Amino acid sequence: MKVDQNTVDRLAHLARLEFNADEKQQLVGEMNNMLAFVEKLNELDTDSVAPLVYLSDSENVFREDEPKPWITHQEALQNAAKKDTDFIRVPKVIDQSGE
Amino acid sequence: MKEYRKLTDIQHDLKAGDITCAALVSAYLERIDQNQHLNAFIEVFAEEALEKAKALDEKIQAGKAGRLAGLIVGLKDNVAYEGHELTASSKILQGFQSLFSATVTQNLLNEDAIIIGRTNCDEFAMGSSNETSFYGSVKNPLDVSRVPGGSSGGSAAAVAANLCHASIGTDTGGSIRQPAAYCGIYGMKPTYGRVSRHGLVAFASSFDQAGPFARSLEDLALMTEIISGSDEFDATASERPVPNMQIPAETGKKRFAIIKEVRNSEGLHPEIKAVFERKIESLLAAGHVVEEVSFPYIDYCIPTYYVLTTAEASSNLSRYNGVTYGYRYENAKDLEEMYKKTRSLGFGREVKRRIMLGTFVLSEGYYDAYYSKAQKVRRVLRDSMEEILKEYDVVLLPSTPSFPFQFGAKSTDPIEMYLEDIFTAAANLTGHPAISVPAGTASNQLPMGMQLIGRLFDEPGLFAAASLLN
Repeated sequence: MKVDQNTVDRLAHLARLEFNADEKQQLVGEMNNMLAFVEKLNELDTDSVAPLVYLSDSENVFREDEPKPWITHQEALQNAAKKDTDFIRVPKVIDQSGE
Repeated sequence: MKEYRKLTDIQHDLKAGDITCAALVSAYLERIDQNQHLNAFIEVFAEEALEKAKALDEKIQAGKAGRLAGLIVGLKDNVAYEGHELTASSKILQGFQSLFSATVTQNLLNEDAIIIGRTNCDEFAMGSSNETSFYGSVKNPLDVSRVPGGSSGGSAAAVAANLCHASIGTDTGGSIRQPAAYCGIYGMKPTYGRVSRHGLVAFASSFDQAGPFARSLEDLALMTEIISGSDEFDATASERPVPNMQIPAETGKKRFAIIKEVRNSEGLHPEIKAVFERKIESLLAAGHVVEEVSFPYIDYCIPTYYVLTTAEASSNLSRYNGVTYGYRYENAKDLEEMYKKTRSLGFGREVKRRIMLGTFVLSEGYYDAYYSKAQKVRRVLRDSMEEILKEYDVVLLPSTPSFPFQFGAKSTDPIEMYLEDIFTAAANLTGHPAISVPAGTASNQLPMGMQLIGRLFDEPGLFAAASLLN
């Protein structure tokens, strides 16, 4: 068993997700099942195989680095849930209400 | 309105003055309205499509229309269209308006295709049945008690039900070919790098490719040709020139490889196997070479696929945090709570499950054992497929081992759903182009699809071989 409740808590924090107790319990089961399923890959001897990282055979695709307008300031704000005339607004980085 | 199989027939009737684009769009809008129970479209661009059709009718009169004039298409809701909503069927992108068009979309528009709406899909294209969509599942038009396949279920159902003439989907592990087979139409995943990914909602960037669904092989080839090509916005889009993909009248003798392990696979439905065997016999009878080869890795495809795609997804989906766009949880005390609540409430269960698995395989202490290992296996798979395609023009195999299933039938165990892609994931792992061609219906009245995998960047050869299955 590679995954327990602590693993789920740690991974959830890394992925910025939250789960309730039932969901955590379910995730422990599902993730262990998946990891057992992918164990199959260990049947293959890949000691002398290099990882395949890029599917493309092209290298160093360059273009000129020319500044040009892409989207306007207003367009950049358009889809934000909360904003003022110039900036996207978010809650305080650190909650100080409890101090 | 008569039912068209080929764009050339539509264009013939347009030229003869028998129909207009406006009448064509109106007819599709009516059919969309009559078939709302299928849930194929998330949004229909009715007025806009009609206006564009009227303008196009004038362009046709003037003899200035593009190559796709008369083609009415649906766009999967993970392909950007400037000024239109784009959600990947997720709550977390609700209300998001795209600021630009995907290169695929732009290429279609440049040739005068008319986009009639955006089609339903699995959330972030993660699913094989269209059941993970925030907007509800899509029904299979051939049997409404069954799934249309996924993730591009809406795109496939829309074309099968004749709600539009063709559509665009994306294929990360089979998301075009499996629903094409399940809905009895044609579907194509081009070579990785053939079509720009600019403007696609990223799921697993080293796998994702956009491609068409169509009612004929000719349209499939034409659309593939038009959406292909290099792109300054996507460095992984190949610089190779795009060849003419028109189906040749005479293909010559072709060499087909049959994978022994697929042919003898226990999970292959006997009726699908029987159709497969009949195809082999008729190809042999026509003088083509059909030989058995070994690709002893079929059972390794799905495990490799899930390690790599969940890893890429966990990274790609980290951008959804509620700050710059999309859904945001409003009552957070601090930034971290906002991120966590936004993502936990905005993503559906399957998406969260994959982010968690991807985070695990990339985490310290497990990276080599899972992620690196899967990348190594990916090379083994690709080398083996390349070896086969040195000797043969194409590989022939069924698109799916079985038939479209009832809603909920594979929702309890995620692995059972993942195995839906057992015959399709290989081409995404290796990058090869692959096509699903309808192969008639079985005694249960459900459709079947045969798949061909071609050589890298040899779409013309793949289409030519596919014409032999027709």
